[in-house]
Amino acid sequence: MADRIEKVSIIISKGSLESVYPGLIMANGARMEGIEANVFFTFFGMDAIHKVKQQHIHVATVGNPALGMPTWVGGLPGVESFVTYKFEEEIAKLDIPPIPEFIELIADSGAQLYACKASVDLFKYDPKDFVPQLNGVITVGEFYEMAGGGQIIFT
Amino acid sequence: MTTMILGTPLDTDAEGFLQQPSQWSDEIASEIAQQNGIPVLTDRHWQVVRYMRDTFLNTGSAPTIRSLGKESGVSVKELYELFPKGPAKLAAKIGGIPKPKGCI
Repeated sequence: MADRIEKVSIIISKGSLESVYPGLIMANGARMEGIEANVFFTFFGMDAIHKVKQQHIHVATVGNPALGMPTWVGGLPGVESFVTYKFEEEIAKLDIPPIPEFIELIADSGAQLYACKASVDLFKYDPKDFVPQLNGVITVGEFYEMAGGGQIIFT
Repeated sequence: MTTMILGTPLDTDAEGFLQQPSQWSDEIASEIAQQNGIPVLTDRHWQVVRYMRDTFLNTGSAPTIRSLGKESGVSVKELYELFPKGPAKLAAKIGGIPKPKGCI
C-alpha cells in the first residue's frame, strides 16, 4: 500500500454552498480517519466562519451550468433561495450538519481553523467577526509553514 | 478472511472489522482495543462502543460522527480524546460490527 496520508491542509476559497461543503466534508473525513487537518479560509470562503454570513450561504444558481438551469431563470427573485432550501433539505437527510454546526463539529474533532490575513485586510474584517472556533488569522507564509509535511488541497 | 483473536477464528475483513457481529464478546472487544492502541477500555469507551454496536444492530448501519456526538452521551471532543485515530471507525471495530460506509 502507498504511504498513508498523515496530515492535510485544506483551503476553502469560495463562498457558495457547493464550494464550502466539499472542503468541510474533506476536513471532517480526514479527522474521522485520524488524519491531522487544518482548514484555511480565504476570500469568500471566509463566509463559512463569519458569524453572520455563515448563516446565509447559498447555492450559486447563476453561472452554474451544472445545475441544468438557464442563467436567466437562476437570476429570478427567489430562485436562489429555493434551490438552496432544497439542497439543505437533501443534505440534512444524509445527516450532514448545516454549515455553522459543521464548523463546530470540525473544530471539536481537533482540526485547526485559520483565516487568511490578506483576505481579512481586504474585506476589512475584525477578528471578532469570526466564530470563536477560529484558531487565528495567519499569513500565507505561516500557512505553508503549518502545512509542512502534509498535503495541501485547494478548493 | 479468518483472523485468530484470543484463540478463536473470527470472520473479518482485511482491516480486522468483524463481519459477523454475533462472533463478538467483551473479551474480544478488549483485545481488538489493545491491538489498536487503546490499552484499557474505560466506561466512557464502552458507552461509545455499545452505542455504536446497538445502533448498527437495530438499524443496519453505523451512526455518523454527528449523531454519535449528539446521542451517545459523549461529546465530539471527548470522542476524539477516547479514540484519537478516528472514533466512528475504531468504535465500530472494537464493537464487532463492519466498517462504517458513510463519508460523514
